[in-house]
Amino acid sequence: MMQVRDAADVEQAVRDALAAQQSLEIVGHGTKRQVGHAMATNAVLDLSQLNAIVSYEPGELILTAQAGAPLCDVLSLIDSKNQSFAFEPMDTSALLGTPAGQGTIAGMIAAGFAGPRRIKAGAARDHLLGAVAVSGFGDLFKTGGKVVKNVTGYDLCKLLAGSWGTLAVMTEVTLKVLPKPEDEITLALGGLDSEVAGHAMTAALGSPYDVSAAAHVPKSALTGALAEIGHGDSVTLVRLEGIAQSVAHRAGTLETLLAPFGRATRLAADASAAAWVLVRDVIPFAADGPRGDWPVWRIVCPPASGGKLGAALARESGAEVIYDWGGGLIWMTCAEDAKSHTTIREAIGRDGHATLMRAPDALRTTLDVFQPQDAALMKLTAGIKASFDPDGILNPGRMYAGL
Amino acid sequence: MSIKMPIPDQAILNRRDEIIAALQKIVPGEGVISSEKEMKPYESDGLNAYRQPPMVVVLPETTEQVSQVLRYCHANGIKVVPRGSGTSLSGGALPLADAVLLGLGKFKRIREIDFENRVVVTEPGVTNLAITQAVEHAGFYYAPDPSSQIACSIGGNIAENSGGVHCLKYGMTTNNVLGCEIVLITGEILRIGGKAPEHSGYDLMGIITGSEGLLGVVTEVTVRILQKPETARAVMVGFNDVEAAGECVARIIGAGIIPGGMEMMDKPAIHAAEAFVHAGYPLDVEALLIVELDGPKVEVDELILRVEAIARTCGQATCQISNSEEERLLFWAGRKAAFPAVGRISPDYICMDGTIPRGKLPQALLRIRELSEKYGLGVANVFHAGDGNLHPLILFDANKPGEMERAEAFGADILRTCVELGGVLTGEHGVGVEKRDLMPEMFTDIDLAQQQRLKCAFDTDGLLNPGKVFPTLHRCAELGRVHVHRGQLAFPDIPRF
Repeated sequence: MMQVRDAADVEQAVRDALAAQQSLEIVGHGTKRQVGHAMATNAVLDLSQLNAIVSYEPGELILTAQAGAPLCDVLSLIDSKNQSFAFEPMDTSALLGTPAGQGTIAGMIAAGFAGPRRIKAGAARDHLLGAVAVSGFGDLFKTGGKVVKNVTGYDLCKLLAGSWGTLAVMTEVTLKVLPKPEDEITLALGGLDSEVAGHAMTAALGSPYDVSAAAHVPKSALTGALAEIGHGDSVTLVRLEGIAQSVAHRAGTLETLLAPFGRATRLAADASAAAWVLVRDVIPFAADGPRGDWPVWRIVCPPASGGKLGAALARESGAEVIYDWGGGLIWMTCAEDAKSHTTIREAIGRDGHATLMRAPDALRTTLDVFQPQDAALMKLTAGIKASFDPDGILNPGRMYAGL
Repeated sequence: MSIKMPIPDQAILNRRDEIIAALQKIVPGEGVISSEKEMKPYESDGLNAYRQPPMVVVLPETTEQVSQVLRYCHANGIKVVPRGSGTSLSGGALPLADAVLLGLGKFKRIREIDFENRVVVTEPGVTNLAITQAVEHAGFYYAPDPSSQIACSIGGNIAENSGGVHCLKYGMTTNNVLGCEIVLITGEILRIGGKAPEHSGYDLMGIITGSEGLLGVVTEVTVRILQKPETARAVMVGFNDVEAAGECVARIIGAGIIPGGMEMMDKPAIHAAEAFVHAGYPLDVEALLIVELDGPKVEVDELILRVEAIARTCGQATCQISNSEEERLLFWAGRKAAFPAVGRISPDYICMDGTIPRGKLPQALLRIRELSEKYGLGVANVFHAGDGNLHPLILFDANKPGEMERAEAFGADILRTCVELGGVLTGEHGVGVEKRDLMPEMFTDIDLAQQQRLKCAFDTDGLLNPGKVFPTLHRCAELGRVHVHRGQLAFPDIPRF
């Protein structure tokens, strides 16, 4: 276990590892270590002491922090200026059964998960403006900048986001922050089946009312406040955000648009925010909940086909599913011995992909955790990995075997 | 031409006839252009101070033809310069004497409109505006709107990661594309992403977007479309000094308002625009700010009041609010015509494109004024104020000996100033050839080596669009290990352009 205190330490650690041909597992708070394949590493590079918030300029809409800065500290700082990360980063602790309130800013970027507002605001990759990182060559490099608009050189930030630490060790990141919406209202429809709910979400998202989130939780997956909202039946949630006058106006017109799907109830700001945290963090499938022992998949697909796909998966394997991103994100859980685990990618087809988020080791070692790529894409992926880390020092094998 | 390009390979030039014949076999009919006269339109792009006839122009019509052309060029060590509509302002499509110019102009079909998934699947030669036109009957539009949108192609937008006046609120190209079909220099055809909100594996779409035609040739694109906002209104505020205008921008953003567009012009730009389109701009102010709010009417009306109140606290000199669509468009007419308007008051101009932290605007403008005096050349500034993207227009006369070189030196100093102030060399126009040699102002050799190694993963022989973006050419093998002592040049012996 190597702890580092500055970027030069990281550079030295990687150079030493390179010299010794010793691979490294890159860790912040370690909240997502169980995602991905077990790595053939024999050393841990711990970034948790590289934890300063370097600068925060609310007027410029940017924040710069060291890689190991605790996400909760960063979030409370920007919240104090009424700002947030627009992509609504999820907290994986409940789903993965790790301690609450943990997680670092670079860990959030390396995983790249976005919350419900992704359909409107994008993901971590869309908000990472610049980064400093150490490549597998042991070289500290920077990419991007500290301004919100920049096309100078290749946008390596996009590659770092979602690369699970396999390309470079981030030491510092600059992110775009945005004003928090002043108000929000969620319209809740009760009792729709998944396919009809899919149509309702598609209608809402195709409207001019600037919907910022759309989710559906079937009856069997309901939990806590979500169960109360639906009075025990499935709930379909559509969120509107902005200034109060606008939110109220759009809620009224959207209710009319959605009338064919039933009469919507309105959740005011606090209730709305609480409901979306449950969706964002996949609380119905929490590790300490009734399905805590079941493996969990994260499926991304064209949104309009989500309802149908999720319903089919549920039917065929006794799976539980919940839908976010208007149907474009499906969280699925089913018993460890269900055959779905081996057939899921056939069921999804070419247009989507699946990641095994939570699973016992037995399953993780026999399945591809990340979506397998066709030969041509895999060759390019291998070339990209080699362009950053030719000796396979950084998180080897975490995403794909041999890389 | 004051910028050096890779030295043409005489062995390739000697084989020109044979190469033309081979390309004609792949793309029969009128798809290969080789006469001096017919190649004329391809000599230059939007950076028209630079001209270079290509060796030959090929205009394939299918992905398979693109693949065969690239495979042939790869096998024969022939350089390729991809081109969309040729509107690049940074010389991204500038030909090379010994390269095939690969035009995507015949890829003009929109392949699919999918309103349910809110995406359009299109060929790369379709113009940016044509995508909006294809979906506007259903209330949708494609958000990024570079000022050349009537002409520029979506494939070119991918290459350059194009922006526009609305990107503060709606993002750049990279935030609005979901997938593509891309042909590598080897001829391999890859599909990346599609209608799903994100794709698996490394974010290849993210790296291809803005790669300036150096990584591959895009033959199909899937873009997100959005519902048009219900309404839009604009506030036009004049200020007696630039600092007050800058402060107003900061306070609007500080109040949590992200306008659909927020543009600033300085006095010379205001005068040029007003003389050209008679938009009713105040002529005695030092800075003019146009703030556009879009959304439902009730929201826009409220935000207009808030912006107006903020402007009052910043010492506004004039303030007008659009009360009709005609009036809103009139406010914009001057700004949108700023470039041609400046073209009327000066025989030539070059448009720069740096980004600075918003708060540094007064310092940047002061420095630009000083440089203007130093170089003895006029300058008019238009500015995407919301995101700190400056467009100084440097005025000169190319017929006067030395003026163009002076204008370029002036421009380079402006971009250096942007970097010194914490900004970047280019906000939306791309590096191309124009800013290529300034890259070391922003990046170390190690930073650039990492970018070039990535290039090698796509194009080992460096055949795609060489001479753009990177100030030095490297063979991929040389980029293997770059260990240097801090502060020392990593490649002391490599010739720079």
